[in-house]
Amino acid sequence: MNLGEFLEMGGYAVYVWPSLGLVVFALVWNVFAARRLHATARAEALRRLAAGGRP
Amino acid sequence: MNWTWLHKFASPPHAYRLAGRLAPWVGWPAFALIVVGLYGGFVLAPPDYQQGEGFRILYVHAPSAWMSMFVYATMAVAAAIGLVWRIKLAHAVAAASAPIGAWFTFAALATGSLWGKPMWGTWWVWDARLTSELILLFLYLGYMALRASIDDRDRADRASAVLAVVGVVNLPVIHYSVFWWNTLHQGATISKIGKPSITGDMLWPLLTMFLAFTLYYGAVMLVRLRAEILRRERDATWLREELRL
Repeated sequence: MNLGEFLEMGGYAVYVWPSLGLVVFALVWNVFAARRLHATARAEALRRLAAGGRP
Repeated sequence: MNWTWLHKFASPPHAYRLAGRLAPWVGWPAFALIVVGLYGGFVLAPPDYQQGEGFRILYVHAPSAWMSMFVYATMAVAAAIGLVWRIKLAHAVAAASAPIGAWFTFAALATGSLWGKPMWGTWWVWDARLTSELILLFLYLGYMALRASIDDRDRADRASAVLAVVGVVNLPVIHYSVFWWNTLHQGATISKIGKPSITGDMLWPLLTMFLAFTLYYGAVMLVRLRAEILRRERDATWLREELRL
């Protein structure tokens, strides 16, 4: 099977690739969102500590 | 029985450090298994005799649908533990799980729609399986909206936990919907223990994806849990030492 045939997915390309793309996007986005959330919470906690425990 | 180990385990500083140490050990295997599972499913597995190459959507759709329910079950159990034993860490686990579950539910619905169009001739049908899965998405969104709408964290924990626990009735409805009602959706493929209606070279990538997504959820949840603990413990003395290291 060559690459062109593979990408065609037997005529189902317009359904198969968006499905894969969407799920991969969701997986990658969730990792970054979680890491950003933790980084933000950490920065906020450090800021509060620097301010002497007051908001 | 001595429960001090549980209190140590569920104490915020211990949980915060443990989650940080565990996350990469769960996350990297998840990543490797996703790569292997996708390669197996999209490249190595033979085409289906009826659906041809179009069946490969299975490898992202079924694991997403599995996670939509697994994450909800985990969330509801954590919420129930938080309600009954008043363990704040359990509420934090539930809160950290909800957005991940909502994403998996959305992915299951969207990939199902993309699969339904060529195979059933329609993007959407209001049958029991699809409708109950859509309700699951609304349960996640409702849970998150309810938490966000209550300022007092203890009240938010309790109110959202009740919603999560009540919503559990939807899970068996989703699972058995294809048996209880007439539907376009196909029945179970692998849950028939011992006699799966799928060949081995199609099955192993699918099982790999199930395991991969479960580990993936664990890793992302642990990172979200750490953020959740930091927000809850922002005036605690242990945080001072932890962050000043």
